[in-house]
Amino acid sequence: MDLNTITGVSRPTAREHLPAPSASTAFLGGGTWLFSEPQPHLDHLVDLSGLGWPALVASPDGLEIAATCTLAQLNAATFPPHWPAAALVQPCCRALMGSFKVWNMASVGGNVCMALPAGPMTSLVAGLEGECLIWCPDGTDRRVSIFDFITGAHRTSLAPGEVLRSLHLPARTLTRQAALRRASLTQQGRSAVFVIGTRDPAHDDFTLAVSAALPRPRRFHFNAAPDAATLRERLGSELSPDAYFDDLHGTPDWRRQMTLRLSEEVRAELCGGDAP
Amino acid sequence: MTLTVNGARCDAAPRPGQCLRTFLRELGWFGVKKGCDSGDCGACTVHVDGTPVHSCIFPAFRAEGREVTTIEGLAQGEDLHPMQTAFAAAQGFQCGFCTPGMIMTAAALIPEQKADLATALKGNICRCTGYRAIADAVAGHAHVAQDGSGGACGSSLPDPAARAVVTGAARYTMDVAPEDVAHLKILRAPHAHARIRAIDTRLAAEVPGVIAILTHEHAPPAHFSTARHQMPEDDPDDTRILDDVVRFVGQRVAAVVAESEAAAEEACRRIRVDYELLPAVFDPLSALADGAPILHPKDAKTARIAAPERNIVAELQGEVGDVAAGFAQADMIYEGTFSSQRVQHAHLETLGAIGWMDGDGVLTLRTSSQVPFLVRDALASLFALDPNRVRVMCGRVGGGFGAKQEMLTEDIVALAVLQTGRAVKHDFTREEQFTASTCRHPVQVAVKLGARRDGTLTAMQLNVVADAGAYGNHSPGILFHGANEALQLYRCPNKKADGVAVYTNTMPSGAFRGYGLSQTVFAVESALDELARMLGLDPFALRRLNVVGPGDVLRSYSDHPHDVEMGSYGLDQCLDLVEQALARDESVPPADPDWVTGRGMATAMIDTIPPRGHFSDARLTLMPDGTFALDVGTVEFGNGTSTVHLQIAASALSTAPARIRLVQADTARIGHDTGAFGSTGIVVAGLATERAARALKALILAQAAAQTGIAEQDCELEDGAVRAGNRRIPLSDLAASAPLVADGRATGSPRSVAFNVHGFKVAVNRGTGEVRILKSVQAADAGKVLNPLQCRGQVEGGVAQALGAALSEEVRLGPNGAVETASFRNYLAPRFPDIPRTEVLFADTYDRLGPFGAKSMSESPFNPVAPALANAVRDATGVRLAALPLAPDAVLAALTRAGRACA
Repeated sequence: MDLNTITGVSRPTAREHLPAPSASTAFLGGGTWLFSEPQPHLDHLVDLSGLGWPALVASPDGLEIAATCTLAQLNAATFPPHWPAAALVQPCCRALMGSFKVWNMASVGGNVCMALPAGPMTSLVAGLEGECLIWCPDGTDRRVSIFDFITGAHRTSLAPGEVLRSLHLPARTLTRQAALRRASLTQQGRSAVFVIGTRDPAHDDFTLAVSAALPRPRRFHFNAAPDAATLRERLGSELSPDAYFDDLHGTPDWRRQMTLRLSEEVRAELCGGDAP
Repeated sequence: MTLTVNGARCDAAPRPGQCLRTFLRELGWFGVKKGCDSGDCGACTVHVDGTPVHSCIFPAFRAEGREVTTIEGLAQGEDLHPMQTAFAAAQGFQCGFCTPGMIMTAAALIPEQKADLATALKGNICRCTGYRAIADAVAGHAHVAQDGSGGACGSSLPDPAARAVVTGAARYTMDVAPEDVAHLKILRAPHAHARIRAIDTRLAAEVPGVIAILTHEHAPPAHFSTARHQMPEDDPDDTRILDDVVRFVGQRVAAVVAESEAAAEEACRRIRVDYELLPAVFDPLSALADGAPILHPKDAKTARIAAPERNIVAELQGEVGDVAAGFAQADMIYEGTFSSQRVQHAHLETLGAIGWMDGDGVLTLRTSSQVPFLVRDALASLFALDPNRVRVMCGRVGGGFGAKQEMLTEDIVALAVLQTGRAVKHDFTREEQFTASTCRHPVQVAVKLGARRDGTLTAMQLNVVADAGAYGNHSPGILFHGANEALQLYRCPNKKADGVAVYTNTMPSGAFRGYGLSQTVFAVESALDELARMLGLDPFALRRLNVVGPGDVLRSYSDHPHDVEMGSYGLDQCLDLVEQALARDESVPPADPDWVTGRGMATAMIDTIPPRGHFSDARLTLMPDGTFALDVGTVEFGNGTSTVHLQIAASALSTAPARIRLVQADTARIGHDTGAFGSTGIVVAGLATERAARALKALILAQAAAQTGIAEQDCELEDGAVRAGNRRIPLSDLAASAPLVADGRATGSPRSVAFNVHGFKVAVNRGTGEVRILKSVQAADAGKVLNPLQCRGQVEGGVAQALGAALSEEVRLGPNGAVETASFRNYLAPRFPDIPRTEVLFADTYDRLGPFGAKSMSESPFNPVAPALANAVRDATGVRLAALPLAPDAVLAALTRAGRACA
């Protein structure tokens, strides 16, 4: 929709041209969320697309995803076979409630910065224990884990003027075996529960990331592959019934039941035994 | 900046925060529609450098140097793009408002995406078709018949607007650019109940471009009803254009008219309102309680409110026979309470109107309405104008489903035009559509049924509590109608209905497809299913034992005389058709043991026309060139009546539909039309057309006889000519000196009845609560089906909309009564992946009352769907779900409570 209070758009081409922090300025990635709701508190947009960040950079350390990389670019990428967990990428892109036409515009960074519990890029980065690279307005950088970047529903640890530059998916998780499960009230609808598990068969450990069901993603690491009862107990003790997110896309109680069910499915797929 | 639009270079400067959608529309590309303005519905889809995007969330400045293609640029000159041809050939549309975006999306799909259409099209919402017709279009299945002469009735002729719809040339309400138009925006109430002490508009008036700020001080003191009926007295007069009391979050407080939307919005933000907060109630039981705040302390008689001191808008009490005696005779009694939730119509074209004073000083409105004539009458009455000084017309209307049987924009636009003298445009945002229009009444129905051991019903009793919301509008109507046909369907001698519609501080409920019936049918048909189980009877058998038959007197809860007759009877066929379809179903349920399967059915009846008079005029003219012009008052909003009117006229006049030019919905052109509601577009307006056509035929034959001296009985009307003896006189000769004109009128009485039976086979996952539809079948008794393709589309669309209401949709309110589901992202209207195919079967009947034997078939397919689904879920799981929607979270909670869930 038209954002009628916007009086100016800057299109910086270098970091030093980013404007000073202001509550009425917003950074524009794909624009798919900014332009989808009234933003009467804004008067200025800063278009990040002119900064020319390479969308995807793969290195031995892992995968660097520019904040401005579109979901379509990410979805179309191919990854080396020794990164089996990269198989999560496409289903995560598909988990966006918006259509493939939204993928053409929506940016990975924008999806994460929105901090919507259902944001599928948050689920992806959480599942692979990714890290956020942040440009601070004083010219310094900081790195923060996705689990600390998202502080609640629609809340992040970004300070005014800070820009999410990129998301880093480390090679140590990309090389793990991975599995995901998702639940939604409608077919291909908004995620109400998103569970990603990863496991390194050589070390017998297991990591589970729960998102969408909670206001912010949570990570559960097991040094040894758990059995069903152990997993259930851990989730039950660390996630009380009121820890679950409550909005129009699923009751907290259903999210809790589905989190337990889907977590067990992921565990069984990766660790075996007790399978439903 | 410079860009290329549809192949032509273009220099234009978008505003900094402008989206591509409005930028393109300002350049005149009206094929780019606004459905949601938030990237959810896809109606605005265009290609940017060949890539499909939602133009409403695409920053306009990013189109610089790019190549943009809209639906208008898809065809190569006169040659349609193959996807446009496919949508026309399959008739992959009804109202057609979503079609440009649908085609632009489909045209960009690669084969891999076409193989998974559910995913590829999940970002394109169609509210009319139920998506089957769209899938067929993309797959290249053609359905429309070739244009034929004479026997046009009964064949699947294409919509005459098909080419305009698929090329983006069809003009909907907002697809015009009046010169010098001003924009109107509404400041809406943030409180559920408050008195306005003062409104300070000084800061707002300083915003450059502001023309006028309207508050309750500018509004006529008169109260009216936003609901529109033939008889205005049917609805309570409890609403002002702008009031000094607000009764729901979202009610109008003030209106700003300004040179731009931006200025109007800014001025709205600067208006300061001093509210005196009043206590509020959000559900009928609280509103009925002693000491509840009174919403409308008005005179009961003049406002026509049943009991204002108890917040009761309308009350229903009726009994035939003796239900107490009936229950005493019963061997089995079932009692249960069933709830149907608020749902939104979610038509893709939002409400909106453009008004101006024409050169002769006539107040003129172009509006998105199902009832332009009733709006004209209401405006004339509100502003004390001669009805001849008010003209209301419609373009093609982008869906309605009852929502446009209300006057929700035209009154404020008229006020603004009269106050400012300017042309004024008011286009609802999608958020306003969700929060400040109307919804289906939330209704709770307590049902009590008694039966003998053999299954014969001895007594039926309903107690209905409907939530009217803050204003009464359609509440009396839905209360009476809802109880009526739900009971009338059964032969039981003892029936009783009690009901109230109650004011609450929530968005007003209004007319919604089914008009009260979907809620009562859900209750009665669910209860009958339980009764069948108690009796050990098959649900089809229980229906056959108790439904009215062709010779029966139609009797609901009162012996008040009525004009409903059994003009035809096809319920027996419908029951057989659905039962057989379920029996031959070979769908394979999921193998996982968490899934359980079941079958369910439900039945519904509807009177083919609303009561108390429904009038339509039609005029047919033989033009000097030998073609015909057909003027009808009724509106085309996706109901497909345009096609059928042409078929009826063509059949009566032995010509081809292509030789008839249809003009619709303009109060300046024809006497009267009560409106396109109550499924009357064919059975009333079509009858008027049939009568006009037969009258014109008589005129033509008389004229031919007079010109040739050959006796009239020896003259025969053929396509384009009259055969008089052995001479052939071209029609152009007969109208050479003066056009021949004939009028037809229908009064909506007597009325007939139509039937729908729905059957489902479902699988329910006891671990997730998911309900998966394995088989969906509906049989409809629509009389003679005049256009099978379109009638099938009406049934499929009704089923899809009902599945939304049954499975996922709910308008949710926050603690202050504000609507929380204010976007398509949060309001779960079905997308392509959510809707299974439904097998549609027709009874073979011919109605003696309807035009060419036809009956209505627009609202009624909705009504049996939810109970059939709930009955199937009950069959699968053993658990009765008595509240809608049957979303996975609700189903799993119910299974868990009943101890039937899997861990």
